[in-house]
Amino acid sequence: MKDQIIVELKEVTKIYGKGQNAVHALRGISLKVKQGEFVAIMGASGSGKSTCMNILGCLDVPSSGEYFFQNLPVTSLSPDQRALLRRYFIGFVFQSFNLLERASALENVELPLIYHRLPKGIRRKKALEMLELVGLKDRVHHRPSELSGGEQQRVAIARAMVTEPVLLLADEPTGNLDSKSSHEIMELFLRLNREKGVTIILVTHEEDIARYAKRRIVLSDGKIIKEEYVA
Amino acid sequence: MWRETFKIALREIGRTPLRSILTCLGVVIGVASVITMVTIGSGATLKVQREISKMGTNLLTIRPGQFRHGGVREEAPPFKLRDLQVIQKQVQGIRSIAPASSKSVQVVFGNKNWATTCTGTNSSFLQARNWELESGRSFDMNEEKRGEAVCLIGQTVKRQLFGEEDPIGNVIRIKSVPFRVIGLLKEKGMSFGPDADDVVLVPLKTFQRRIAGNDDVNFIYVSVEEGFSIDRVKEQIREILREQRKLGPNELDNFEIRDARELLEAFSGTTRTLTLFLGAVAAVSLLVGGIGIMNIMLVSVTERTREIGLRLALGATQGDIIRQFLVEAVILSTLGGFIGLGVALGVSLLLCKLFLLPFVFRPEITLLAFGISFAIGVFFGLFPARKAAHLNPIEALRHE
Repeated sequence: MKDQIIVELKEVTKIYGKGQNAVHALRGISLKVKQGEFVAIMGASGSGKSTCMNILGCLDVPSSGEYFFQNLPVTSLSPDQRALLRRYFIGFVFQSFNLLERASALENVELPLIYHRLPKGIRRKKALEMLELVGLKDRVHHRPSELSGGEQQRVAIARAMVTEPVLLLADEPTGNLDSKSSHEIMELFLRLNREKGVTIILVTHEEDIARYAKRRIVLSDGKIIKEEYVA
Repeated sequence: MWRETFKIALREIGRTPLRSILTCLGVVIGVASVITMVTIGSGATLKVQREISKMGTNLLTIRPGQFRHGGVREEAPPFKLRDLQVIQKQVQGIRSIAPASSKSVQVVFGNKNWATTCTGTNSSFLQARNWELESGRSFDMNEEKRGEAVCLIGQTVKRQLFGEEDPIGNVIRIKSVPFRVIGLLKEKGMSFGPDADDVVLVPLKTFQRRIAGNDDVNFIYVSVEEGFSIDRVKEQIREILREQRKLGPNELDNFEIRDARELLEAFSGTTRTLTLFLGAVAAVSLLVGGIGIMNIMLVSVTERTREIGLRLALGATQGDIIRQFLVEAVILSTLGGFIGLGVALGVSLLLCKLFLLPFVFRPEITLLAFGISFAIGVFFGLFPARKAAHLNPIEALRHE
């Protein structure tokens, strides 16, 4: 199981627009990620790393090439089937947290479980456990506006992890945080990767953030230009 | 899942209460006018039905017809007493038959003065029309034959001329002819048509000689015996009258024989126009209400673009998103529907009091209100809901 391939991109390209205005965001990316890996995708803005992330998260489809998620051909799935894939197997962490302002931390973490059709009691229990795991046990009933940036991102991570996903995708998760919170968040990712065995793919342009990952992939102009493993 | 959807929808609606109420307003007005229309309509129909059955459904009213002659409307020649005698002799199943001729007159008692209608008839009139005496008596044979100056008066006339005083035995003047009041009619309290209590009845002969100055009979009232077919009696009378009036086989009837059912139909003809008008008002406000809901839902979709993007990223299907917004639209519109129902019941209660109509509450109108508003919510909510569901999650998440 340990070596099972979770994500496989085969010659994936992505073109936005048509004709003269066409933008080649990805120009043929091939990539395999195994269960339990912690991967950082790096690159300057416009290198295609966000596009790559959207395709990995089944939010977008490639223009050509193939994408297999746990051997499932994502390219030939309907939007609703991709929604189900996201629901049951993928967790997202965004740069701007994307928490619901009107809901408490607990309700925010419960949110994805609503789509799992779980009864309220179980939702609450799982959400509380997850909030405890990210160290927000005493912030459960706070609104996002009452939390610091680091705490908000912890809520977002709890929300992503509460469904016990196979793959956790984090798009510049520390982009809006100060350096101290950033490192705390990265420690949390590291811990989740080690303790829960969740596969993490992280997009960042910061060297010291990428350093937490075991494997680093550098994109430039829609191509992989460098790939390295860190001991 | 439905419970969650409801909770979220209620929270969204409660977040901007004023906006939600204003959004509902169109549906409130629409549903209120529909329900008011139905309630008042059934009240009015019930009242008329009651009155017509009070009048007797076996009553035939015969009057000379009107016809157009080269653009001029002409009254057909009136009947004569002879027509009645022939009908009475030849037609079976007549309980009573009464002639009637009327004229607007001024009646005077002492220093009081009242404009009313004087009708010349005979003592069968009361039976034919189901009218009763409150006190005194009707005309007797001699009074009718000799054309004596006696009269029966209705409650309105009594009130105007005598107030609380007993009118029996007093003498009133009609066209300066003194008439002795011998009977007082019971209150009838009719709400449609002319006031049936505003009458003075005198013997036909007296009327013809001293008031009208001719021997015309303008109406014939026939009360059909129980157990006889109204239509058969009608047909027989029609044939006799055609003969009496010397109409050729190709000529149309120049008289009308109506029964109570036709009266009811004539009445519903006038209410239909009113119903149509109110219905149009209701339809327009329901349409406007629906557009209002659609408008607010579109605003809401735009405001919540990021949230929709997040939900899509978390694995909500398009169906989940459609359901969310549709439920919200339907809650708004049914809320409007129920407020509208409340308003309608209040307004109809008031109107029924004002117009002395019976208040008819039909439980099924609750369903009607619910059904209409539910349908409006679904119909006008579908477009915004689909718009939300078809958002691109990536763009939605980036939306500021």
